[in-house]
Parts: sequence; C-alpha cells; structure tokens
Amino acid sequence: MGKKSKKTGLIFFPAFDWAISPTHPEREERLLYTQDQVFEEGLLDFENIVEYKPGLATTEDIDRTHICVPDAASVTTDSHLIAAGGAIRAARAVLEKEVDNAFALVRPPGHHAMKVVHGARGFCNVNMEAIMIDYIRRHYGPKRIAVIDTDCHHGDGTQDIFWHDPQTLCISIHQDGRTLYPGTGFHQEMGGPNALGTTINIPLPPGTSDEGFFHTLDHVILPILEEFKPDLIINSAGQDNHYTDPITNMRFTAQGYARLNEKLAPDIAVLEGGYSIEKALPYVNVGIILAMSGLDYSCVREPDYDAASLKQTNDITRFVEKSAEMAYQVWKERKTFREKIVGRNRSMTRRKHIYYDTDGISEEQEETVRICEDCGGVVTIDSQADTGRKIFAVIVPYLACPRCRQAGEEAYDKADRRGYAGVYFQDKDRDLFLVK
Amino acid sequence: MIIGIDVGGTHTDAVLIKDRRLVKKAKFLTRQDHLMASLLSAADHLLAGEDVSRIERLTISTTLSTNAIVEQKIDRVGMVISAGPGLSPALLPKFQDAYHVSGYMNHRGIEAASLKEQEIEGILDDFRKKGIRHAGVAGKFSCRNPQQEIRIGDELKHATDHVSLGHRMSGRLNFPRRMATTYLNAAVWSRHRQFVREVEDFMAEKRITAPCYILKADGGTIELPQSADTPAQTILSGPAASIMGTLPFVKPGQDAVILDIGGTTTDIAVLADGIPLLEPLGVTLGGYKTLIRGLRTRSIGIGGDSTVRIVQGRLAIGPERTGPAVAFGGADPTPTDAMVVLGLLQIGNRQAAGQALQTLAGQMNHSLPELAEMVFSLTCDLISQAVMDVIEEINSQPVYTIHELLEGKTIVPKALYVVGGPAAVMAAPLGQRLEYPSHVPENAEVANAIGVALSRTTAEVALLADTERGVLTVAEEGLQMPISKRFTREEAIGFAREKLLEKARRLGASEQDMDMEITEDQVFPMVRDFYATGKNIRIKVQIKPGLLSYLQGGD
Repeated sequence: MGKKSKKTGLIFFPAFDWAISPTHPEREERLLYTQDQVFEEGLLDFENIVEYKPGLATTEDIDRTHICVPDAASVTTDSHLIAAGGAIRAARAVLEKEVDNAFALVRPPGHHAMKVVHGARGFCNVNMEAIMIDYIRRHYGPKRIAVIDTDCHHGDGTQDIFWHDPQTLCISIHQDGRTLYPGTGFHQEMGGPNALGTTINIPLPPGTSDEGFFHTLDHVILPILEEFKPDLIINSAGQDNHYTDPITNMRFTAQGYARLNEKLAPDIAVLEGGYSIEKALPYVNVGIILAMSGLDYSCVREPDYDAASLKQTNDITRFVEKSAEMAYQVWKERKTFREKIVGRNRSMTRRKHIYYDTDGISEEQEETVRICEDCGGVVTIDSQADTGRKIFAVIVPYLACPRCRQAGEEAYDKADRRGYAGVYFQDKDRDLFLVK
Repeated sequence: MIIGIDVGGTHTDAVLIKDRRLVKKAKFLTRQDHLMASLLSAADHLLAGEDVSRIERLTISTTLSTNAIVEQKIDRVGMVISAGPGLSPALLPKFQDAYHVSGYMNHRGIEAASLKEQEIEGILDDFRKKGIRHAGVAGKFSCRNPQQEIRIGDELKHATDHVSLGHRMSGRLNFPRRMATTYLNAAVWSRHRQFVREVEDFMAEKRITAPCYILKADGGTIELPQSADTPAQTILSGPAASIMGTLPFVKPGQDAVILDIGGTTTDIAVLADGIPLLEPLGVTLGGYKTLIRGLRTRSIGIGGDSTVRIVQGRLAIGPERTGPAVAFGGADPTPTDAMVVLGLLQIGNRQAAGQALQTLAGQMNHSLPELAEMVFSLTCDLISQAVMDVIEEINSQPVYTIHELLEGKTIVPKALYVVGGPAAVMAAPLGQRLEYPSHVPENAEVANAIGVALSRTTAEVALLADTERGVLTVAEEGLQMPISKRFTREEAIGFAREKLLEKARRLGASEQDMDMEITEDQVFPMVRDFYATGKNIRIKVQIKPGLLSYLQGGD
C-alpha cells in the first residue's frame, strides 16, 4: 500500500426511493452509479473500511440547530432525517474512536439551509453538518471545529448558522458568486462581530482546475487550520467542482478530489452537491474513500480524463492567487477588521433577504447580536416570510457568558407573542428549545 | 427412496430415506487420502440389499474442491484481467500468472476502452511457454457487459483445456471477488471434472439411473453434470449441509438460530422466516473472498476441544485446539473435559479429564467441580454472546432505501436448534442465556447427510435493463439483447422469472420445487439535461434454499 492506512467509516445512504421531483437533479438515480462503482471496486471488503447504517435524526437534533417554521416536522421528510442521522452516525463512529475518520455519503444535501428554515433552498431543507456539529458538542463536550466547504456553491447556510460562533471556523471555496448560485461568498463576508475572521470565503473563477484548488489549499486553508488548531475538521464535500458537472463551470478531477482529502485529512466528510452522476460521482467517491482510508488512489481516473484540456489559463491562475491572498488577509487582519467594524457599538444588526429557490419562498430577516468579548453573543432574529409566517427567535450560544444568558432569557420572557406565528428560544448551552 | 452422502473433513455421513422416513444411517471416518473411496464405501453400505431401481435421487456433498484449495493442490491458472482505472493493481487479489490487458467496461456496461488483439496473442505465447492449460478471464463490470470477457475467452479456449469467465460466476458487482472466484473455478475445474467422471462410472457400474445431484454452498443442489463448468459453486458445502439437515425439524416460517458445535469451532447460522440467510456477497475460503453464493455462517473459535487456559488470572477458552480432549488422550484441558467431569457426558476417561482440570482449579483456588462448572458456563456464555452479536450484525446491515430503513425486517429469533457432539448437554443452558427455547433435532449425528439428501435446487438470475441504451443483460447466462425504449419493470420481472425457470430446470430442479422470490426490484428513471431519457431496471430473482417438497404433507 505504501501509505499509512486508516480505518474509515462509511455511511452510504443513497435514498433510492426519494426525489425532490421526477426530473430534479436531486433524484433517485443520483448515487446509483456511485454505488455500482463502490461495490464493483470491492471497497467494502477492505478491513479498514467499515460500513454503518444511518439512524434517524430526532426533532431535538434539528431544534438544537435550526429554527424551523412552523416546526421541524413541517419542513423535513424522512430522507432529511436519515441524511442528518447519517452525518450523526459518522460523527459518533469517529468520536467513539471506532474509526479514524468517516464519510457520510448521504442525500439530500444541506449546506444551503440556514439558521431559520421556512422551506427548501438550493435543494436543502436542513443543514446536515450543522446538526452534526451541534450533536457533537451536546454529546462530546465543547470542541473547536473547522468546516471546509469544498462544494462548488458557496456554503451560505453553514456560514449563516456559524456566523457568530468563534469556536467554528467556516472556510468555503466555491465558484465566484457573480457566476453561480447562491451569489454570495465574497471575501468581505467574514463572520459576525464576535466571530470575525472565523468565516473565510475564497471565491474562484470559472475554469479553475486542480492547480487552482491546491493553491488555495496550500496557501490559505492549511495555514489557517494550522493556526486555528481545530479538534475536528469537517469536509462539507460537494462534488460539483468536477469538470463534467452539468450546473457549474469548474475543472476539478477525481484525482484532485482524492488528493484534496488526503491533504486536508478531514475527520468527517459529508456529501453535499454534485450532479454529474455518471461521469464524475462514481470516480470522485471512490477516490475520496480511498484517500480517506489511506489506500492508493493513484489509478482512479475518469474514462474521458484528458489532462491537457483541463489546464487552467494564466488569467485564472492570477485570479486564484489574488483571491487566496485576500482570503488569507481576512484571517491575518481579523482583529483590526473587528475593531474597525465594531467600534463602540453594544450590539449590531444585519438585515437579510433570503430566497428559497427550491420552494419559491422569500424571507426578510433582521438579526441582532450582542457585542461580547466572552462568548459568541446572544442573538435575536425577527423573520417574516411571504408564506405569511412571522417569527421571533432568541439564540443563546454555546459557552454563553452570564450576561448574554441573562439578556437572552429576558428577551424571550419579554417577547410578545402577538403579531408572531411563533416565538422561539434556543439555548445551545443548556440544550433547551422552547416555543411560545 | 433418496440418498444423501456428505463426505466431510472428519466424517462421512450417509442416509437413506424411504417414504419420508430415515431408514438407514451410517457414519464413517473420512479417508483424507482418498475421498472417492469414502464416498463409494458409504454408498455401498447404504445400497446393500436395496433395489437400486427404486432410487429417485442421489445427492452428494464433498470437501474435494474445498480441500484442494486449502491444501493448494490445484491447477496452475493463467488469469487474464481487464481492470481499467480504479483500485491500484497492488490492492487487487494477486495471482502467480496474472496478465493485465487493456480495455474495460464502465459502470453502465459501455465499453470505455477496447481490447488490443496483440496483447491476447502475447498471452497465448506465454501460456504455451509455461505450459498453462487452464485460464480465467475477469473484467471489471463484466456482469454489466460480458462481451470483452467472451472475446478473450474465445481466443484462449483453443490453446487451453478450460477457460473460466468471470461473468458466468455471478451477476453481482465486486471485481476483486469476481477475480478470485474465476481463479478458483479454473483452478479446481479438472479435479472436479475427474470427480464427476468417477461418480458417473460408479453409478453406471451399480446401474443407478436416478439423477445424481451435488450440494452447493448455498444449500441448493444441482445435477452433477451441470456442475462441471462451475465447480466453484460446490466449495464449502459442508456448513450448508448441516444447516439444511436441521431444517426438517424447524417450525416453518420462524426466525431461528442453528448452532453446530464441533471440536474446533461453533458455526452459527440464522433463519429468517424459516429460510437460511445467504452471505450478502459470497463465501470466503482460504483467504479468498468470493462471489460464490453461500449460506451465511459465522464460525467462532470455540468448540468441545478448544484449549482451556488461565490468562492473567482468568479463564480463557480457544480459539486454539491442540488436540482432542484429555478424556480422549489429548494434552490440554477442554470444555469437553469439563462436561465429562461434571457427569454431563458419559464418555472418555473421566479420571484423566479430572486431573487435567485439577491443575487449573488449583491455580484459581477453586474446587474441581467449581472449576468444571466455570469452564462449562464460560463456554455457554461465549457462544451465546457470539449468537447475539451475529443477530445484532444482521439487523444493523446497511440498507439503501428509506422504505427498508423504516420498515425493514428485523430478525427476532424464536428458537434455537443445536447440533454437534455436545448438543444435548449445551442446548438447554444456551437457550436459557438467549432467552428462547432450544431444541436438539433427531438424528443430529447425521444431520449433514439428511441436509444433503433433502435440499432442493437453487438458482439466481440478475437482470439489468437499460432502456436508454435499449439493452437487456443477464450476464451470468451470457445474454445481452436489444429491448424497446418502452420496456417495463413488469416485463423485466417476467423475463427474469422465465430465465430463472429455464436455468433451474437445466440445473435439475423439479417443477414442484420452483419457489421463486424477487430479491431486488428497482427502477430508476434516468434523466439527462432535465429530460427523462429512459429507465434503469434492476431485477434479481432466486429460487431460495429449502427442502424438497417431497417431504411435505408427511408426518
């Protein structure tokens, strides 16, 4: 084998009986050829690759992460509970030290699902990685966690959920938002005032190839991880940077994906997007599984692979280098940026318009965070969707300081139910979820 | 009347069943150097005084191929492999004479790279140089499209005695296992052929005209001549024989556990609704993971003759076996010795057994009866724990649809059946620990031969219909044919059933024993660029392992 082999847990749940709609990319067929390739390569016969059956995530697991409107049951189906349950199973296998790392090959994806959920956006209803992270902290204690979103689309949902959390580093590499859904993920999106610099965005130009991805990995992601020193690294593993993906424009390869996972060495990877179901996914997934388990992946190759046609242009190289430099600067200068942005404010508010493309829902949101040196800061959210539902939510963060806790409890007590479809209280520290 | 003979590793069991009654049974020590002689003398014994014209069927199970593989007494095989990209060759099973060729199929069975004629010619030259007369051909995804394997096979067959083709071994996906299965099949082919010939000669000599069957690892039988080209299927039929031999005593339709407690190991098998479970992919033998359909058994290293020791102040049993129990002249104490000391078994030299255990009792500051009881109790604990682990493992087996995850079957055993030497003594305490009633089947000592005699023919057919490409494939049958774009799931099931019936008849199944079951039934709408372009239909049907209907309606 030549390389050091690791024990890898695999949670494979292709949900062969579930689709968003018959011709939607998120349909029964999506992981069919991946399963064929994984089975045919005999990967599950390796001693160091262990398959686990996912469980179902519970309402509590979802309420620990999201504010679902009107409630978790209304915005999820069994498939979402199994996908989240699959991610949780992966985490348990790793944290119980049954395996060295784990890959949850589950669908549907979740990284576009934000804190407040009025419906589905970007094929996502609830956020698998975020639910998993909250589960980890609830059951295995406080952890510094890094989420590296390698999907081609900006991981805007994950970014939104951890926006104010200094203990969670969110780095997203993606195709430039000016050219692709969801249209966000620029350098200046760098986290809330109490967590400035723990959100890092690296937009890449269409046509970026393996070379460009490895430049950002070597010059931004790995150096920041080195300094952040996470207890766990999570790969939010989209596979739509592949050169054959039908809805994106990148030139990443199966070899690239395998090597990325070898170098990043995630503790847990969770599948996100990727819709080149025949030409990319079977090879990308075999590559990732081999790389995570420390087995030789050098012979994994797409049948139509042609190195020459996948080279990136010099313009792209320059763009990538510039983007990487700016992203790293956000991290390096985060304290200066914070001082400049926070000033003398005691709280800060951001207003968001959120469009749920999958369900056709529009939401207006106002989110206020208490400026705090001691914790992530208590957050209140006022949200109204064009479904007619208006809600108010108070979120007490992990490791909340006494003053943020008190402020949160007072805000919930004081909140008047009138005019709202629901008033929610989510206490992450005490694992409490109340609705009035 | 029907006859079953199991030529096992230690014993050869034989039974003769007449009018649904066991009328003759016999047990001999197997002659390891001459399995054929063991088989023939068992047959002679049963047939003495019988009217051979009244024989309806004769079924054999033999360890011939199994032993050949374990002892490496097999033919040299030239393995021609078309792997394409994927796993590094270093991670694939290795063979002394392996030839990697260009050309491969992708996951949909579309040729991604074509074969190169001159490579095959080079291989033929090398075969001639090395005197290789047996060949195996295994291609990645050949079960999706066997054409390349067939072409390579056609080129090789003129220069060899036999060519085994991967797609003929199984319709299932798993390239490394396909390679290993193809290799083993080619490696035991000539030996098995010889065996078939000798049995046929014997039958001719005895003027037996009834059909002769051979038992497979999946507990099914096929007519002897039909096994000639797929001898790998007859590997590891021993465990299947003992499970099938217990079935006549099992309440139909029940989840249950069957334990075969031997000298070195205890084999655990599980019945779901009364049907033995199959290995998900295939059996493992001599380090080879294969695609050979086989009954699912878990073998644990605890048996009557396992060595009992003290490790760090605690009793430990197995997995090694140094020889027979001390009561039978062995050197180290065993669970059997404990049972002899406790008076549970009235066999062997009780005094010797007592002396051996006394040493351990002294070291642990217990009296001899206390220690014997501890050994017996620990043996039961370990076996029952292993049974619980097996059930847990089966119930946590991954599934791939929401329906199966939410509604899937869970095995809840309602009964335990114990066979093997100490069955009568251990059944009750094991049942107590597992909390379900235990039974010891009648004639347990010849259960294997009963299983061999009564098993019916099994067969499986895997069908893939790709209406986008307009191709239907039943690779195991070497069949590929065009289908219409409108081909439906119902047509696919109908076609698969038809092929299964054909196959089962060919293998020797009788009409009343065609108990068909659909084991996979999936239809995937195929969409390209947001337009429906076809359907990917996957059907597997089988005739599941079971007993001849001959038995039903009797007492």
